[in-house]
Amino acid sequence: MRLSGWGRYPVLETSVIAPRSVESLRSVVREGPDVIARGNGRAYGDSAIGRTTTVHTRHLNRMVSFDNQTGVLVAEAGVLLGDVIAAFLPRGWFPIVTPGTKFVTIGGAIAADVHGKNHHRVGSFRHCVEWVEVMGDDGEITRCSRASNSALFDHTLGGMGLTGIIVRAAVRLQPVETGWIKQKTIAAPSLQDAMNAFEAAQDATYSVAWIDCLSTGRNLGRSLVMLGEHAAVSDLPGRYARQPLICPTKRKKSVPMDLPSFALNRHTVRAFNAGYYWMGVRNGDTKLVNWDTFFYPLDAILGWNRIYGRSGFAQFQCALPIHRSRAGLTELLQAIAGKGMGSFLSVLKRFGPQDSPFSFPMEGYTLALDFPISDKTLILMDKLDRITLEHGGRFYLAKDSRMSANTLNRSDDRVTRFREARNVNGWRDRFRSAQSERLEI
Amino acid sequence: MTMEHVLVLGARSDIGKAIAHEFAERGHPVQLAARNAETLEADKADIELRYGVGATLHEFDVLETGSFDGFIDALPDLPGIVVCVVGYMGEQTENEGDAAAASLVMRSNFEGPAQILGAFANRFEERGSGTIVGVSSVAGDRGRATNYVYGSAKAGLTAFLSGLRNRLAKKGVHVVTVLPGFVDTQMTEGMDLPERLTAQPSEVAAATARAVERGRNVIYVKPIWQLIMAIIRNIPEPVFKKLSI
Repeated sequence: MRLSGWGRYPVLETSVIAPRSVESLRSVVREGPDVIARGNGRAYGDSAIGRTTTVHTRHLNRMVSFDNQTGVLVAEAGVLLGDVIAAFLPRGWFPIVTPGTKFVTIGGAIAADVHGKNHHRVGSFRHCVEWVEVMGDDGEITRCSRASNSALFDHTLGGMGLTGIIVRAAVRLQPVETGWIKQKTIAAPSLQDAMNAFEAAQDATYSVAWIDCLSTGRNLGRSLVMLGEHAAVSDLPGRYARQPLICPTKRKKSVPMDLPSFALNRHTVRAFNAGYYWMGVRNGDTKLVNWDTFFYPLDAILGWNRIYGRSGFAQFQCALPIHRSRAGLTELLQAIAGKGMGSFLSVLKRFGPQDSPFSFPMEGYTLALDFPISDKTLILMDKLDRITLEHGGRFYLAKDSRMSANTLNRSDDRVTRFREARNVNGWRDRFRSAQSERLEI
Repeated sequence: MTMEHVLVLGARSDIGKAIAHEFAERGHPVQLAARNAETLEADKADIELRYGVGATLHEFDVLETGSFDGFIDALPDLPGIVVCVVGYMGEQTENEGDAAAASLVMRSNFEGPAQILGAFANRFEERGSGTIVGVSSVAGDRGRATNYVYGSAKAGLTAFLSGLRNRLAKKGVHVVTVLPGFVDTQMTEGMDLPERLTAQPSEVAAATARAVERGRNVIYVKPIWQLIMAIIRNIPEPVFKKLSI
C-alpha cells in the first residue's frame, strides 16, 4: 500500500504487516528481504516506511509490569506515551522525557531518541530507558542496556530502527504530585533576547520557545520563551487540589479535510504570528496549565497535518553547536524571513549536552519549522541545510524527508561509524527504510 | 459502587480485546473467555496494569455447546454483562462446495453464540438483571452471493437476539445487538476496505459500551451503515438478484 509519514511527504509504495505476536513478527523479520519497524507513524518523512516491508507494531502494545518503588514500566514497543500517561498519571507518575506529541510509541521514542522541553537538564529519551529488547535479523531477541550489550543499546537509541526491531523496553517514569505545570512566559523581542532568556533559565525544569520566523530586522527571531515547573498540590486552587492528578480535558478538535494550499501564505502566517506574539506579551507572566496543554498543544487538534493541504509538508530541524548558535540561527532566520516562507509552528530550544553515538541533540540550540511542500520551499530547505553545515550543525532524522546523503555525511562524522556498525553486525542487510536508502546508511 | 463483571466471549479477537479494554477502562472487572485462554496471560496483565481492575481467563469453545452450563457454573462471578464477539467468516466459495466448512461457519456464528447467550439469558432472567450483547453483522441484513453462508448465520443470530430482547424486556434483562459493518481486524486483513466505511475495533468497543449504558437495542457502529443497509434491504428482489454487490 501507499504510505507516508506525518508530513504526508513522500508517499511511497510498501507492503505493511502488523504482526499480532512475537512469533509472527519473527517470521516476518526472517523472511525479509528487508524490513523496518513503524510505530504510530509520527516521524515526519520516510523513516518508518520500508523499502520493501514495513512492520507495524500497533498490535504489540501491551504493558507488562510496573514497579511502583522505582517507577520502571516494562512495555511492548507499540504502547503509546499517551497510554502510559492515561494509566499512570492518576497514580502519580509521568514520563521523564516526552516529545511534543503523546501519540508516539515507546519504540518510536527510542528509535528516534526523542527529546523534550527538559533536554537541557536531563538529555534525550535515552536518559529514562533502562533496557531495550531488540529482535535481530535471525529473529532472536537481545536485551541491551548500558551495562550489557551496550553497543547495541547505544546504536539502538537514535538508530532509527536500523539496528533491529524494538520489541520491549523498560522505561523509568518520574513521580509527580499533580498533573499541572506552572508556566511562565517571557516575551523576547529579538533572537538575542530569546537566547538570553534560555541561558538565564538553565535551572528551569522545562524550557521551549515559539519563534516568529517571519519577523525581520530588529525583531528578527522574536520569541515567546515558555518555562515550566511541575506544580505541587499546594500550588493548586482548591477546586483542582482535591483531585490534583486529574485535569479537566477539553474536547479535541480535528481538521476535517485538507485545507487548500492558498490558506497558508505569507500574509496569513505573518498575521497569525504577529497576533500570537502580542497575545503572549499581553498574557505573559505565570499561569497554571494542565499537562496536556503544556506538553502537547498540537495534540488538541487531531490531524493538524492536514492544514498543509494535499501535497504535504516537510519539517526542517537542525541543531547548532553552542558557540555557533547565534550566528547560525541569525543566518537561518534571515534566509527564512527573507523568502517569507516561515510557518507558524516554529520552535526554538536550548539543548544540553548529549553523549550517544547517533542521537540528534548536541549542546547548543535547535530550530524546527514546517514548510508546505513546493519547489520553492524545497530549494529554501537546501539552503538551510547549507547554512547549518557551515555552522557545524546537524539534522534530526525523525523530521527529515528530503535531505541528501551527501548533506548527512558532511553534517555528522558519526555517520561513518554508524554505517560501519550496520555492516559489521549485519543490520544493514535486513533493516532498511526508505530514509536509510536515501541517506545511504 | 462495585462495577458489574463483564464477560467477553471471543476475547482473543481484535474486537473482543478492544471491548475488554473499553469496559476495563470504565472500571469494570473483566472475564476473558476464548480457546487456549492461557495464551491471553499477557493481555490479562496489560488490562490489570492499565486500568487497575481485575481480569480472569476462562477456557471457552463456542462449538462445545454441551459444555456451556458447566462453563457458566465455573465462572467465579456470574457477570452483569456478557458480550459475545465470536464469529468466523470462512471462504464463501469453500462454504458453497463443502458442507463441513459451511457447517462450521453456521455453528460458529449462529448455533454456538445463540446457545451460550440463551444459557446466560436464563440465568439473568432468574436473577432479574443483566445485559446481553451479541455482536452480529450487517451481512445478516440481506443475503448476498458473496457471503450468504456467513450472512445467513448472522441473520439467524440477529433474529435470535431480537426474540431474546422481546422475551426478556419485562424481566429486567436487556439485549443489545451490535452491527459493526466493516472493521479493521485480523479477519479483514488484506481486504481493500473503504476507509470511511471501516471502523476500528476501538470504535466498535466504544459504541458497544455506550449502547449498554444507554440501554440501546440495535446499533450500527458507523451510522452510515444504517443508511446503506436500508437501501440494500429495499432493493426489489427482481432487481437485487441481478446485482453483484
